[in-house]
Formats: sequence, C-alpha cells, structure tokens
Amino acid sequence: MSDCCDTGGTVTLAPPRSKKRGQAPDQTPSKISTVALVGPPNCGKSTLFNRLTGLRQKVANYPGVTVEQHFGRMGGVGRGDLVLIDLPGIHSLHTFSEDARVAVDVLHGNMPGTPAPDAVLLVLDALHLNRQLMLAAPVLALGLPTLVLLNMADLMEAQGGKIDVLALARELGAPVAMICATKGKGLDAIARFVNRLSGSPEALAAPVQLPVLQNVASCRQWANGVSARTNYKAPLSSLWTRRLDAVLLHKVWGPLIFLGVVIGVFQVVFAAGLPLSNWLDKILSQAGGALAGIFPAHWLQVLVRDGVWNGMQAVMIFLPQILLLFLVIGILEDSGYLARAALIADRVMRSIGLNGKAFIPLLSAYACAVPAIMATRTIENKRDRMATILVAPFMTCPARLPIYTLMIAAFIPDRHILGDLFGMRAAVMLGLYLLGFLAALGTARLLKSSVLKASSAPFILELPQYRWPTFRSMGLRLLDRGGVFVKQTGTVILAVTFVLWLLSIVPFHAGEMASLTGSVIGRLGHFIEPAIRPLGFNWKVGIGLLSSVIAREVIVGTLGTLYGADPATHSLGLQAALRHDLTLGGAMALVVFFAFAMQCTSTLAVVRRETNSWKWPAAQFLYMTGLAYIAALGTNQLLLHLH
Amino acid sequence: MAATLHAKVLSDLPIGCCATLAALDLPEAIQGQLLHLGFVPETRVLALRRAPAGDPTVYCVDGAEIALRRETAQFIAVTSVCKADREALR
Repeated sequence: MSDCCDTGGTVTLAPPRSKKRGQAPDQTPSKISTVALVGPPNCGKSTLFNRLTGLRQKVANYPGVTVEQHFGRMGGVGRGDLVLIDLPGIHSLHTFSEDARVAVDVLHGNMPGTPAPDAVLLVLDALHLNRQLMLAAPVLALGLPTLVLLNMADLMEAQGGKIDVLALARELGAPVAMICATKGKGLDAIARFVNRLSGSPEALAAPVQLPVLQNVASCRQWANGVSARTNYKAPLSSLWTRRLDAVLLHKVWGPLIFLGVVIGVFQVVFAAGLPLSNWLDKILSQAGGALAGIFPAHWLQVLVRDGVWNGMQAVMIFLPQILLLFLVIGILEDSGYLARAALIADRVMRSIGLNGKAFIPLLSAYACAVPAIMATRTIENKRDRMATILVAPFMTCPARLPIYTLMIAAFIPDRHILGDLFGMRAAVMLGLYLLGFLAALGTARLLKSSVLKASSAPFILELPQYRWPTFRSMGLRLLDRGGVFVKQTGTVILAVTFVLWLLSIVPFHAGEMASLTGSVIGRLGHFIEPAIRPLGFNWKVGIGLLSSVIAREVIVGTLGTLYGADPATHSLGLQAALRHDLTLGGAMALVVFFAFAMQCTSTLAVVRRETNSWKWPAAQFLYMTGLAYIAALGTNQLLLHLH
Repeated sequence: MAATLHAKVLSDLPIGCCATLAALDLPEAIQGQLLHLGFVPETRVLALRRAPAGDPTVYCVDGAEIALRRETAQFIAVTSVCKADREALR
C-alpha cells in the first residue's frame, strides 16, 4: 500500500489544492485538521464514522440513510484532534438530489460553516467494486490526499471475490486498504494514513494520473478497465439472498409474510411489552413511595409524589414497549428486509401517486417523523418531496404508544381472536396504525391531485444483500433510543407535569390548597370542556390535549398527575381511574384523535426548516387537528349509538 | 416461448432471460442514475424476478440486484435475448 503513480491515464492532475482551501499550492501542510468520508450510498460510511468517532449516527441496510453532514472527532484511532465529516452517499460529483448536493458542496469547500476537508477517506463497497470505482476518478481528481477503503472485505472474500490491492493502489495513485467497518477490522490503516499526513509532508507529494472523465459512459469504461487490470473478481451474489428473496418476494408467500411481519411486530410489542411495563410500573410505584418517604414534611412528600413522580412514572413505564418496537424495526432495517417491503408496497404507493422513494422515509416515520422528514431529501422531485413531508406525521410514531397502550389496556378486554395467535388488544393497536397509514395515503392522494400535482418520478431501488443485524448495532440503537426517551421524560415531561400540578393546587385559600375543580387548571379545563364534550372527553383529557401539543407522550403524564391529584381517583391506578371516568366511546375517540393530530413541536420545527416557511407547518397543524377532531367526534358518536 | 425471446425493451424481457443492454431513452437525471447503477450499454442484464404485484421487476446487472418499474424499463432497449444458464439463476 504505497503512494505509487504508474498509470496509463491521459492527463496529469497535480496534487496541490485550489487556493480556496487557504494553502499555497507548493506548500504541503504539516498538519491536517479535517477529514471527509466519501462514498456511494449504502457502502458503510456511517458505520465507519461511528467506529472512528465513537458517535452513533443512524445506520441501516438501505441507501440514503444519511442526508446531511455530521461531524465527529476521530478518537477511535487515537486522533481526537482531527474532525471527521460524514457525508451523504453520492454516485458522482454531478448530482440532482438535495442530500447529494450537500456532499458535493462540502467536498468543494462551498458549504458555509463547514471547513473544507484536508483529506478524504473514500469508502467503496468491495462487493460491487466495478461500479463503485466510478466515483473514485472524480474524487481523486479533487487533488486531496485520499485513502481508498474497500469495505465489506470479509464478505467479498467469503463469497469468492478477490482483488489485487497493490495493483489497485498503483492504478489509483492512492493508498488502498481493505476494511470491515461493522467488525472494526482494518482501521489501523486509517490511523497510519492520518498519522503520516500530519507527520512527514513528503508522503503527499505524489502526482496522480487519471483520465479526464466527461460523461458517465467513459467513467464507466475507465472503472471497468481498472477492475480488469487489478484482477477484480466480483463475489458471487449471495446464495442466501437469492434463496430468501425467492420466498420473501414470492407471489403468494411474499405479501403473506409481509402481513405476518407487520402483525408480528404488534404482537411482540403487546405480548412481551405489556408484562414488562406492568413490572416496571410496580417497581416505580415502590420507588416513588420510598423516595417520598425520605422527606420529613408532608407537603414535600406530596410535592415529590404528586407533583413530580406520578406524571413521570405514567410515561416511563412505556419504556419497555418503545424499546421492543425499536428493536424489531432495527432488525428489519439492518437485515435488508425493508427494501423488499418497499418493493412489495410499491403498487400501493403508485396508486396514490407517491414517488416510490417516498416509501422509505414514510417507513422510518414509524420510528420518528423528524428524521423521516429529513430523509425526504433523497427525493429529487420538489412536489413529491413536499407531499411526503406533509403526510409523514400521520405514520404512527412510538410517542403515540403510551396513550394507545394505556387506553387499550384500560378499555379493551384481553381476549384472543383467530385462535391463540392474535389478541384483541393487538388488533385494536394494529387498527390504529392502519388508520394513520390510511390518513397518510388519503392526504397524499388529495395533495397529489390538487396543489402538488407532478409527473411521477421513477422507482429505482437497489436490493442490498441480506445481513445479520449485529448485537453491537442493535444494542447501541436501543441505548440511544432509550436514552432519548428517558431524557425527554426527565426534562420536558417532568417540567410540564410539575407546572400542571402547581396549577392544580393554586390559588391557596387560607393556607389550604385549592380543590382540583377550583384550581387554575380546573377552571381552565372546565372552560374548554364544552368544545370537547361531544368527543366524549372530560376536562382532564382536555388539559391533556392542550399540554400534549408539546409532545404526544405528555398526555399520559398529565393524566397521571391530574388523576393522582383528584381525591375521587387518588387511590386508584391510572387505568382504573380512566375506566371510572370515561366511556368506551370517549376512550376510543381519544386514541383516534391521537392517530391524526399533529401533537409534536419537534416535527413542526423540522417541517418549518425543511420547507423554509411557516405556511406549511401551520397548514399541516390545522389540517391534522381538524381531521383529528372530526374523526374523534365520529368515533364517539358511533360507539354511543352502538351501545 | 420463441416469440417472447424477441424482446426489444427491458420490460418485455421474460423472467429467467438475459439480454444485452443497447440504449437508454430516459430523462438525463434518471439515465445518469441508471448508468451509475450499472445499466451501461453492452452490459448483460438478467430479469431475476417480479415483485408479487407483477411490477416492479428485479434485474441483475453487474452483480447487483436493482428493481425498476415497467414505466422505466420500457425505455431501455435490449438485444440478443437468450435464456440464462442455470448457474446465473441458481
């Protein structure tokens, strides 16, 4: 692996960089500070980024997961002084979509706020080197010191592929190393590369010869030539991938398995998650009692238990279910099944006029609408992108899970339907997920046939090979997601429920706390009650709706606090208190309201950012809330008349 | 079967058959993307399987498996259609 130069190219490209980078051409820098990770989509850049920096960017087994640049320090190879930039995947330096433009701008040093990189780590997927090499020419032509990394080297060798690495280094005029980012193998080559760049400047002075590449076809020809001269033998396509696809994409079995997978996800979340939640609930109750017991004064005990602990506990107990959901989604993402799901669902997507590429952002909206809306940057067509942004919040994110689970567990009997396989509770949950999905489809249809009419963009999807999800990747993901949830509960929800509790005991009369109905919050609740009465909601739910505009899971904390503060329901658990206070119609109307309503400030903020206007998020909020109100009204009235 | 072996465009290529890509007649952006994914004239392409709904179709080109809708594949011309050998299909 040396910096040789001996190719039969047609033009010599001098290594010095343009003046924009702030360095004189004849003076090689003695120190580098910024390194960029470049490569085609789904070649493993973010996995490597996470390895090198110890950070945790989202990774998955499909193209287009990273849509903007991320920064980290290269502590993973002992160089915490160097900044590493992770970029969205690109096929070439001429690009059409927003995420790819980010990558190209950063590389050219044109991205405000991002330093121009001093060196490049070019990551290529060793399984598809023929076509991945096409990116090597324009990237090397940038003239930056470059280390070429052939990722998934272990898979390539296991499947009978091979390549002459030294010959490739000669052809490219850049050092080449084989790595395996998921297992962290071969990273020492990266350490040597950056250390040498900061150490001896001569290591850089290698004039590189590459052909001038105007169009894709000649670029392709060059890449083919290079892979032929380096004896590249592509690995046989994985036998397992073919065999699995024969079943998973089968005419009959494929859709059935798809359906089974979807149902299975809910069954796991309920059958395994609910007992865990109940167990956590007991533990937290005892912990809360013990914690309150520490304080000597009665009013302090009340403050700790009613003001702080009740609301937090009501939300925190859903942690097991949320983690389970992320585990299953993570397994589907990392294994490569999601790309197949996109293929199976393409027909539906097309019938509503949505871009095939919209499928993956919409699917990831099941985890959270915020990254999903950012992931729409991979959609080239502006109108298609806008439509996808506007419908993404209808997809059921885990923040709805607490209120869904609470209401279902309180109001739906635990009965089996379809034998022992499928419970009634899971069925209701599945119905709510379907409801959100149908609202998204209907809205997309509406938008595409009116304000956002556009010719349909093509569906071009590469099916990645199936891979085993690694324990490390799953573990990190759960840790992160759990951390976000706990942090949110410990900060936002804690603050909201505390303020609500305070408002529920003021104003004081002669040193006594106000009764709940006489308190500020009680008066406000009763003031808005007429508007929500037809939906089957009482004033406590109304306060919950108001407070959950911040984030959906806040409602559970609010209900926990308010029912805990009410003497009539103080001694009951939250589920029993709700059964005592609401009808089935009201309960189901509440979950239907949450299926549709836009109760999330983070999503509104990201829509504002991505659309560059307040017009879209405002319209989205009004539309979704209006739809939620009407649907909840319908649900309550329907159930009232059925009973 | 002999009649179907005269496919002129990729979307008409029967499953389990190979062809040589001749030309792409698509908007520049799409064409560029396809070329990068390996749909280059002179390359052999194999129609591997169709999605359960009958569309899109998964094509095997240059060791990668890529799904295209009929509406895209019908603008890709192919020549020398033949049945793929069993090794390629496995």
